[in-house]
Amino acid sequence: MNFDDTPEEAKFRAEVREWISANAPHDLDEDLKKSGLAGLRLPGRDIMAESKAWQKKKADAGWAVPHWPKEYGGRGATPIERVIWQQEEGLYNQLAQPFAIGQGMCGPTVMAYASEDLKRKYLPKLASGEEIWCQLFSEPAGGSDVAALRTRAEKADGSDEWVINGQKIWTSGAQYSDYGILLTRTDPNVPKHAGLTMFIVDMKAPGVEVRPIHQMNGGRGFNEVFFENVRIHDSHRLGAVNDGWNVALTTLMNERMSIGSRLATGFPEIFGFVADFQLPDGPAIDNAAVRAKLADWAVKSSGLRYTAFRAISSLSKGERPGPENSIGKLVAGVMTQDIAKYAMELQAEAGVLTSQEDAPAAALFQNMVLNSPGMRIAGGTDEILRNIIAERVLGLPGDVRVDKNVPFNQAPGR
Amino acid sequence: MNFDFSDEQKQLRDSARRFLEKQSSVAVVRRVLEGDEGYDRELWQGLAEMGFTGAAIPEEFGGAGLGYLELCVIAEELGRAVAPVPFSSTVYLAAEFLLAAGNDAQKKNYLPKIAAGEVIGTFAYAETAGEVTAERIKATVSGGKLSGTKIPVADGAIADFAVVAAQGGSGLGLYLVDLTGPGVTRTVVDTIDPSRKHARIVFDGAPVEQLGAGNAEAVIEAVYDRAAVLTAFEQVGGSDRALEMARDYALERIAFGRQIGSFQAIKHILADMYVSATLARSNCYWGAYALSTGSAELPEAAASCRVSATRAFQHCSTNNIQVHGGMGFTWQFDCHLYYKRSNLLALNLGSLSVWENRLIARMRARNSARDAA
Repeated sequence: MNFDDTPEEAKFRAEVREWISANAPHDLDEDLKKSGLAGLRLPGRDIMAESKAWQKKKADAGWAVPHWPKEYGGRGATPIERVIWQQEEGLYNQLAQPFAIGQGMCGPTVMAYASEDLKRKYLPKLASGEEIWCQLFSEPAGGSDVAALRTRAEKADGSDEWVINGQKIWTSGAQYSDYGILLTRTDPNVPKHAGLTMFIVDMKAPGVEVRPIHQMNGGRGFNEVFFENVRIHDSHRLGAVNDGWNVALTTLMNERMSIGSRLATGFPEIFGFVADFQLPDGPAIDNAAVRAKLADWAVKSSGLRYTAFRAISSLSKGERPGPENSIGKLVAGVMTQDIAKYAMELQAEAGVLTSQEDAPAAALFQNMVLNSPGMRIAGGTDEILRNIIAERVLGLPGDVRVDKNVPFNQAPGR
Repeated sequence: MNFDFSDEQKQLRDSARRFLEKQSSVAVVRRVLEGDEGYDRELWQGLAEMGFTGAAIPEEFGGAGLGYLELCVIAEELGRAVAPVPFSSTVYLAAEFLLAAGNDAQKKNYLPKIAAGEVIGTFAYAETAGEVTAERIKATVSGGKLSGTKIPVADGAIADFAVVAAQGGSGLGLYLVDLTGPGVTRTVVDTIDPSRKHARIVFDGAPVEQLGAGNAEAVIEAVYDRAAVLTAFEQVGGSDRALEMARDYALERIAFGRQIGSFQAIKHILADMYVSATLARSNCYWGAYALSTGSAELPEAAASCRVSATRAFQHCSTNNIQVHGGMGFTWQFDCHLYYKRSNLLALNLGSLSVWENRLIARMRARNSARDAA
C-alpha cells in the first residue's frame, strides 16, 4: 500500500509538470488561487478568452484532451495518465470549465455513435476549445425522469431532414455553445424509453433560441433552449432511430465526476475561517462544539480524498474503478450547504451581509449558501443518486413504475 | 499509485473470513453473550494457530512478523464476525504497550506467549466516568506495590496480565501486573455488549514491574493511535456486515405486496449506510498506510479513521435494526449483536468527542507547522 507512481507514471508526470510549468498562464495564478468555490473570477479579464487561449495552447502541444485518440485531438493517454494530467494541471483546470461538458459528455457520445466524417469534423475543434458544446436532455416535464421528455423530432416529408420542436431547460453554457447533443422524442406511440432519438444540433441554426435562466443566487449559468422548426440532417443522428435512450446512457455514464479532479466541499475554507475567527472565548477552532462539527466534515473530506485514491489505484492497475466513487457528489453537496450555513451561524448578525467588502471571509459562505441548493440537484438529485447506489451498487429492486409499459402518449400525467 | 491491499493480503482476508465463518459463527458469539465463559477458548486457540495473534509481532519474539497491513485485514474480519475473543485487549493494546515501552526481557517473556495464544493481556486505564486524564487516575504504585480500582477493564476477569496506568514516584507510569497473583480481586461487570466481558479489578498491594521509563502519557497516546486504526477496521467490518444483513432482509421481506427494498424510504437508508461505510473504509486505508509505514501522518490518520468508523458502525448497526422493523428488536435476530458491539467499540478507546477534539488539534498543529515552515 503506497501513494507512489510507477516508474512509467513518474516519467509521465515529470513530462507533464515540465510542460505546464513552461507554458501555463502564470499571470493568472493569484486570481485562480482565490477562485474555487465562489466561482472563477478574473478581474479585468475576459474569462472565455483566457480559457480558449489556454485550451489552444494545450491543443497545439497535444495536451487538450490527453485520453482521446490522436486523430480526434488527443494523444491516446491511458486512464491513469488522464488522472495525472488533471492532478498536475491543478489550478489551471478551472480554465477548462467551459469545455467540460462538451469534452466530458458530448465528445464521448459523438465518438461512439457518429460517422467517421463527422468525428473528424467536430472532435478536434471540440478538443482544442475552438468550438464549445452543450448537452440538451432535461426538459420542464423531464428532470429526474429525463425519459419523459417531449421535444419532438419528425422526419420532414420527402427529405433527409428532421424537424425539431420543443423546449429544453437547465442547459449549461448554451449561450456560448456552437453545437449540442439533443435528445428528442421520435415515437410517442411506444413506452417512453423506446421512442427517443439523439441528434447533433447546430446551436446557431435558425429556430434555436437561448434564454438564460435567472437563478436564485443571481447567476445566469443555465438556460432554457427553445426549438421552433429547427432542421437537422439525418447524417447528424447519433445511433438508430428510437434507440436514443441507449445513446443517452453512454453520455450519462461519462457524467460521473472525473476521478482526478477534487470535489469542492468547502472544508478547507471553513477550516481556515475558524482558525482565525474569534468567538467571545477565543478562536472558534478551540471551541468544543465547533471542533465536533469540523471533525465530522474533516473525516468526510478525507474519506472522499482516499476514496478517489482507491479508484485511481484501480486505474493504475488497469482495472475499472469500483462503485465507491458514486458517493462523491452526494456527500459533497450536502456538506457544502451545511458548512456554509454553519460559518454564517458563527458570524451571527453579520452573517446576513453579502457584499465582499462587508461580509466576513469576503462573502464566500453567503455565496455558498445561495449556490449549494443547485449542487444537490444538478447532475442527479441527492434522491436519484441514492436510488442509483441502492439499485446498482446494493442490488435492490427498481421502484414500481406506473408508466413503464404504457405508450408515452397514454401514460399517466400525459 | 497502489492504495490498496496486495493480492496476498486479500488472500489472507479470504482465509480469515472462511475460518471465522466456521469458528466464530453466530452460535459461538451467542454462547459467550449468554454464558459465563469470558471468551471462546477454541476460537482463541484457532486464531493463534492461524498466526493471527502474532501477525504483527516480530519473529524474534515468536510472532509471524507479517506486519500491520495484515493485522488490519484480520481486524476487519474479526469485526465482521463480532468475534467473542480478547483479541483487541491482548494484541492491539497489551502487545503494543510491550513493543512500545517494554525492555528486552519483558518482550521475551510475554510476546511469544501472546503469539502462541498462551496468555491474555489487557490494559487497565479508566477508573471513573468521563474522559480519562492523568489527573483522574488515582491508582498508585508505592514500593513496587499497586493499589487502586480499575473499571471497566476489557477481558479483565480472564486476562493473565495487565498493563496498568498508575501514579508512581514521578507522575503517571505504566506497570505490568500479574493478574493471577496476590493483591488482585476481579469481578465481572455487566456491560452493553456481553459478548465481550469486562471486569472491575481492585488492586490491593499487587506486585508490579515498571514498563518503560519516562512519559507514560505519550506512550499511551501512541499506542491508542495504533489501536484506533485496528479497532476502526473492526468497526468497518461490522458496518459492512450490518449493511449486508439489512440489504438481504430488504430483498426478502414483503410488505404492501412488494419487497420492502423497492421502497425509496428503505433504499435511501441503505444508500446512506453504504456512503458512511465507504467513507470509513477509505479513511481506514489511510490509517493502515500510516500505521504500516510509521508515517508522521499516523496521529491524524488514526483519529480520522476512529471518528469515521465509529460513526459508520453506529449508523449501520442502528439502521440495520430499523430496516428489520420489529424483528430487529428481538433477541432471536442477530441485529442486536452488531448494535451492542458498535456501542462498545465506540467507547472502548475513548469517546467520539475525545477523538474529534484530538483530530482537530492535530490538524491544527500540522497547519501551524506548515505555515511556520
